[in-house]
Formats: sequence, C-alpha cells, structure tokens
Amino acid sequence: MLNISGIHEGYVLDHIKAGKSLQIYHDMHLDELPESTVAIIMNAVSSKMGRKDIIKVECPLGSIDLDILGYIDHNITVNVIKDDKIVEKHALTLPKEIKNVIRCKNPRCITSIEQGLDQIFVLSDPVNEVYRCKYCETAYTGNDGQK
Amino acid sequence: MENPRHLMSPLDFSVEEIDALMALASDIEAHPDKYSHACEGKKLATLFYEPSTRTRLSFEAAMLNLGGKVLGFPSGDVSSASKGESVADTIRVISCFADIAAMRHPKEGAPMVAAKFSKIPVINAGDGGHQHPTQTLLDLFTIKKLRGSLSDMTIGFCGDLKFGRTVHSLINALARYTGIKVVLISPDELRVPDYIREDVLEHNHIPYEEVTKLEDVIGKLDILYMTRVQRERFFNEEDYLRMKDFYILDNAKMALAKPDMYVLHPLPRVNEISVEVDSDPRAKYFEQVQNGVYIRMALILTLLNIHVS
Repeated sequence: MLNISGIHEGYVLDHIKAGKSLQIYHDMHLDELPESTVAIIMNAVSSKMGRKDIIKVECPLGSIDLDILGYIDHNITVNVIKDDKIVEKHALTLPKEIKNVIRCKNPRCITSIEQGLDQIFVLSDPVNEVYRCKYCETAYTGNDGQK
Repeated sequence: MENPRHLMSPLDFSVEEIDALMALASDIEAHPDKYSHACEGKKLATLFYEPSTRTRLSFEAAMLNLGGKVLGFPSGDVSSASKGESVADTIRVISCFADIAAMRHPKEGAPMVAAKFSKIPVINAGDGGHQHPTQTLLDLFTIKKLRGSLSDMTIGFCGDLKFGRTVHSLINALARYTGIKVVLISPDELRVPDYIREDVLEHNHIPYEEVTKLEDVIGKLDILYMTRVQRERFFNEEDYLRMKDFYILDNAKMALAKPDMYVLHPLPRVNEISVEVDSDPRAKYFEQVQNGVYIRMALILTLLNIHVS
C-alpha cells in the first residue's frame, strides 16, 4: 500500500473519477500555485467507486478556485483541511460562468481569431449541465465537451 | 458616452421596449419631417467585414434620413482587418470617430467583442450564422403593421430552416408572445436544429408541426415566412430535384392560402417565390425592406438616447 501523508492546511479532492485527476490538475492551474505541494493519487481502491483518483493540495485556504470543480464533476468531495483536521466539506455547485478552462471548438466563433480574448462559457441549462460560449452560443456539456 | 447600450440579440430588448421601438418607427413613418434633423451632427460608422448591400445601405439610409452622416467600410478587405487588426482595437479607434456603429462580421460573436471595448453603441448587423437582430426587429414590425398584433397567429416557416438564422431569431422573438402556433415546412435535410425545437418551442409550450409540403398547410397560415433552399445544402442532386418545387411559391399555391395570409421573405429572393406572386397584394417582402429603414431609424434614436418632441 502506497502511503501519502496528511496535510496541515489545504484541500483534499476525493472521489475523482479514475483517470480524471491530471485534467483537473491542469484545469485548476495547480501547477501555477506558488509554494504549494500537490500529491496526485491515481487509481486508488474505493468502496464507493471501485477505483478513484485523489488530489491533495497543501496550500493556504482560499488560494484555489473550487468553482471549476463543479463544472468538471460535481460528485467530487472537497475536504477543507486546517491544522491537520477536516474543517469543512465543501459542496460543489455548477458555476454560472467558467473562464479559460475549455475552448470554443466552433471555427466560426470570434474566439478562434481574436487575440487576448478570454474563453467564457455561461451556464444555460443547469439540469442538463449545458454551457454556451458567451460569443457564439455553441453548447457544451461538462463531461462530453462539445454537445 | 458612458455605459452605452448595444444591440446584440433581439432578446436584448424586452417586449415593452420592442413595443416602444415599433411605436417610434410608426411615428417616423407617419411624420418623417419631424425626424429629419434629429441626428444632425451625429455620425454612424458602418463596419462591414463582409459585403451586404441591403443591410448596409438600409443603415446608411436610416442615418441619412435622420440628418446624420455615415462613414465606414464595405468589406474586410479594405479595412485594417486585412492587416490583422483585432476587433477590439478597431472599435476603440472607431469610437473616436463616430457616435454609433453597426457591425457585420463573418465570425460569430464579433460584435459582442466590439461592444465590450466600445465607448459608443454597437449594433450587431449580422455575425455569421448567429444573430441578425435588426432583421428580426423589422420582421416583427412588419407583422405588427399587417396584423395589428404579434399574438394569436399561425406562422409558417418554409425552406431552409436549418441554416436560416433569420428563422431561428424570429422564432425566439415570437416565443415571448401568446397564442403563437408554428408550422415548420422543410425537407428533412433542412429541418430546424434540435435546440430550436426543444429549448424554444417545447420549452415555451408553443404548438408546432413539421411537414415537407407547403401545399398541405398553406391554407391554415396567417403569415408565411419564406427562405431560400440552396442546391448546395443537399447531399445529392436527386433529392434536390425531387424537393425543390415544394418550396417554390407561385400563384397556384397562393390560391390555397387565406385571403389575409401575408408572405414575408428576408431577401435576397432567388427562385423560391415566383415573380408572378409579386403583384399579389399579400406579398409583403418589399414592404419589409422599407420597414427595415424605419425600425433602424428608431433603433439609432433609441440607442443614442435622442428624443424628438
């Protein structure tokens, strides 16, 4: 059994669908966090899911954007750690807007040519988890990319 | 201008605001002299990154009728876009030259980028296959003038319902009125996209039916909105030849229609409406063009916050 020690302050992202952790690492820009330590545990045994991924982030609280996790997979459990203890289980909801996480795949969209333009998607259908590009309104779903 | 108001989609205006806009357009039509100096000293920039004779000239005529001046470019080839200038930079520059801008761009969402960086009102004059709000406003204005109301009618959309942005936009706009029934007349290849059927029609509980032959339903329509069926949209020539006559409106089909069913078309018309129909008093597509000037005049006045007493 591989052991990763606990963290003093930060977040434990649990119940990540097996294989998704690297995508989350990049989408949350965890590689850009200053003076933080990130542990990625892949394909761990889970009684609930069979196999799962876990990400542990040692960082000051409030320094990562948790909203984006709601877009990627709102079934992820977010444990907030302070002084070596879980102080909160953060409930994930779908963010109303996501910025620079996915790119619009519509070749006719202005985002395909305009320099320096943020890729912004707005939640249009919370039930079916559909986001639309702010500019061309092309629909995307959280897990499948382009609808 | 601080916090200028823009027009990106017909839904940017509430039903009440559209009513006010149409009332203003009607007053302009009835009393053109009253408005002939309303925009004196104001300039409209027409930023057309792709050619569009009718829409550009309609905007320019609207501003000239209001006593204003126009400047701009008729295609992307003759603008700084050909040198690689961004939309954001272009509108920052144009904001220094003009008081209001109308932009057509082949990329969807380009006018929204312009609006984000603009100090002056920006009107979307068509962005790719996405939106063309002033066409929708003039369609609504025309229907209101013909029928006295935008509620309680059966409207048929015929032809290319898949790629026709004017159809999608008008269905979206009409979904806010009561008593609307929609008949969608198209070949299978050119049916409306799922999101129009599910997110607009079904979501708003608007009764609709889909058919392939115009003759079967023309008798129940109050408005027939024709669009062009293009040969290149079909996968094979055989299908096109088999279907194309279903979508050509002629006097024989008009004979099946109600005496007060009106025919609209966003134009340009190619052969989907036979020229013999032009003399039918129910053919209103050229009146639409005239109404487009009035509604654009009303829009310019509204966005510039100019009130004529």
